[in-house]
Amino acid sequence: MSKEPVAVVGIGQTKHVAARRDVSIAGLVREAARCALDDAELTWADIDAVVIGKAPDFFEGVMMPELYLADALGAVGKPMLRVHTAGSVGGSTALVAANLVAARVHRTVLTLAFEKQSESNAMWGLSLPIPFQQPLLAGAGGFFAPHVRAYMRRTGAPDTVGSLVAYKDRRNALKNSYAHLHEHDLTLEKVQASPMLWDPIRYSETCPSSDGACAMILTDRTGAARSPHPAAWVHGGAMRSEPTLFAGKDFVSPQAGKDCAADVYRQAGITAPRRQIDAVEMYVPFSWYEPMWLENLGFAEEGEGWKLTESGVTELDGDLPVNPSGGVLSTNPIGASGMIRFAEAALQVRGQAGEHQVDGARRALGHAYGGGSQFFSMWLVGADAPAT
Amino acid sequence: MRDVAIVAFGQSDHVRDSAETSEVEMLMPVLHDVLAQTGLAARDIDFTCSGSSDYLAGRAFSFTMALDGVGAWPPISESHVEMDGAWALYEAWVKLLTGEAETALVYAYGKSSPGEVRDVLTRQLDPYYLAPLWPDSVALAALQARALIDAGLTDERALAGIAARSRAAAASHPHAQLRGEVPAGELLVAPLRTGDCPPIGDGAAAVVLAAGDTARRLTGRPAWIRGLDHRIEAHSPGVRDLTDSPSTRLAAERAGAFTRPVDTAELHAPFTSQEVVLRRALRLDAPDSRVCVNPSGGALAANPVMAAGLIRLGEAAARIQRGASDRALAHATSGPCLQHNLVAVLEGE
Repeated sequence: MSKEPVAVVGIGQTKHVAARRDVSIAGLVREAARCALDDAELTWADIDAVVIGKAPDFFEGVMMPELYLADALGAVGKPMLRVHTAGSVGGSTALVAANLVAARVHRTVLTLAFEKQSESNAMWGLSLPIPFQQPLLAGAGGFFAPHVRAYMRRTGAPDTVGSLVAYKDRRNALKNSYAHLHEHDLTLEKVQASPMLWDPIRYSETCPSSDGACAMILTDRTGAARSPHPAAWVHGGAMRSEPTLFAGKDFVSPQAGKDCAADVYRQAGITAPRRQIDAVEMYVPFSWYEPMWLENLGFAEEGEGWKLTESGVTELDGDLPVNPSGGVLSTNPIGASGMIRFAEAALQVRGQAGEHQVDGARRALGHAYGGGSQFFSMWLVGADAPAT
Repeated sequence: MRDVAIVAFGQSDHVRDSAETSEVEMLMPVLHDVLAQTGLAARDIDFTCSGSSDYLAGRAFSFTMALDGVGAWPPISESHVEMDGAWALYEAWVKLLTGEAETALVYAYGKSSPGEVRDVLTRQLDPYYLAPLWPDSVALAALQARALIDAGLTDERALAGIAARSRAAAASHPHAQLRGEVPAGELLVAPLRTGDCPPIGDGAAAVVLAAGDTARRLTGRPAWIRGLDHRIEAHSPGVRDLTDSPSTRLAAERAGAFTRPVDTAELHAPFTSQEVVLRRALRLDAPDSRVCVNPSGGALAANPVMAAGLIRLGEAAARIQRGASDRALAHATSGPCLQHNLVAVLEGE
């Protein structure tokens, strides 16, 4: 049976900052949704359904906030779905919305993800004590640092690679007006001299805590034909999950990530990702995850990812730009971070990424992960409609 | 549209307090039950989707541990909604409609016992204006009941009748928490008595979906999903007519519920007064109506938060599967005073 092709015709983001004290949660999400509608030149009445995602409800202290946000998102009288798949949620949310169009259940769908971390404290929101379970050790960095060490030991990567990623992403963020961190005076030396937080992860190699929201308008072939701006077409999308903790788990390169990428590439007809994909928006909350995911996603052979990073391939003007937007290292409203990756990939193939546009980008990958490297969601978008 | 059916349904025994079992332990037998019914193993399932709420568990990412119980190895295609499992079923149904999957496992669970569920549910209200007042779920339902009585649409005796009928229906239900003759009880929040309110309990449920011939292969009489739709209303009770449920009516229309009569309706009405609202919205009170409403006893017999809606779909499907129904309506609700409603129409062949 045939699926309806899905097009991204509207993209909106808020300016991401540490604390948006000028807006409520409703005001924050409405701002992003309004931007996406304006981009698509559509009104609230054109939207058939709303799919919303965010990471744990404890981050804002509101249980199932979509109930309260129905009015702000023009959802009254419409279907509204709330997705939650940990850190991968922004990507998963977009995929659930895309499926509504692909299945021909709805023609035009607003999808949105947000986090207003300033409403409470994300680190402690993740650290509620549970009997008989391993705590997250005061935030995500404590959980991920040993796996970075394992990667370094396994591949022999020099300990300078992480700082190169951080320095690159923060420089890219200077070209993205929506990015949270704009560190104009940052140097590689400053990254390397920043305090060690969770050995080997330094302060400047970690993501910030941001308030922000990202929205997209997804539509069918007919909707895309009416779009005033170029559409980004979804060529493939997939989610994969595996258990958090078990004896066979490879934390350096989880099988679920490999399987997810393989599924997306199969759908999109990608056989040589390094050659066929022009830009990657990758979920890199700690700098060392760039080389790790380069291998996991099939852009480099196992043990070789750090060499791509070190040789400048992933720079904005490199052969395979990774995180031209500045990535999660520069902007991290957790629940929205995955959707920002998906949306930035779409901006690239629409040719609308502004100062951080990758020249001639025709195919781009959006990637998100969550939990203890447990949940993955990805999509591949192209400038051309998929062959049917 | 592709034919998709519910081919298996299972649920736990719903209990007031399951302190001795974790969520995973509560869920595992239910998962094994539905898989055994179809002869499928976890690895045969193309897509998995669950519904639950971190606020009941009192911790972030609570669904990750339940996933371990599913046995997500080798890695599975999986998603989660922070909603009642009825909406997880909706997401899975859409996935099957795309043709990307032939089978789906849907599950939901909720433990209300670790906290005070009335207090916990206040946290799902508008955080700036409503939640600081701590209006709990019973108080909000009582407002709705009062509005219905004031409008002359029901009275306390009729509400007590709904409670008695539901619990009598549940008398022979092996999983029900509250059944048989239950006293109307004292006023809890006027005009609602304890008998008008659902039991507070812990429970889990699971469903297997399958498409077309796969569904026929897996069960003798699949419960085909002929229509499925859900709609949300404004949040603030102050801007809504609490005696009506336009979102339920619209969802039912979109699901095709009004094109032909149904013989069964499984309504997710945790409070007796909410059944009055739903019956009106769904036109179940016609004088010649032969609809059997909540033969399972409904949410008044067992209301595990986050699973109770999925259970309505499962109960309706099970009734079709065993030949007691040919066309059934199933309903799930979420949010204060029936804010968000889902309607499914299920048919036997």
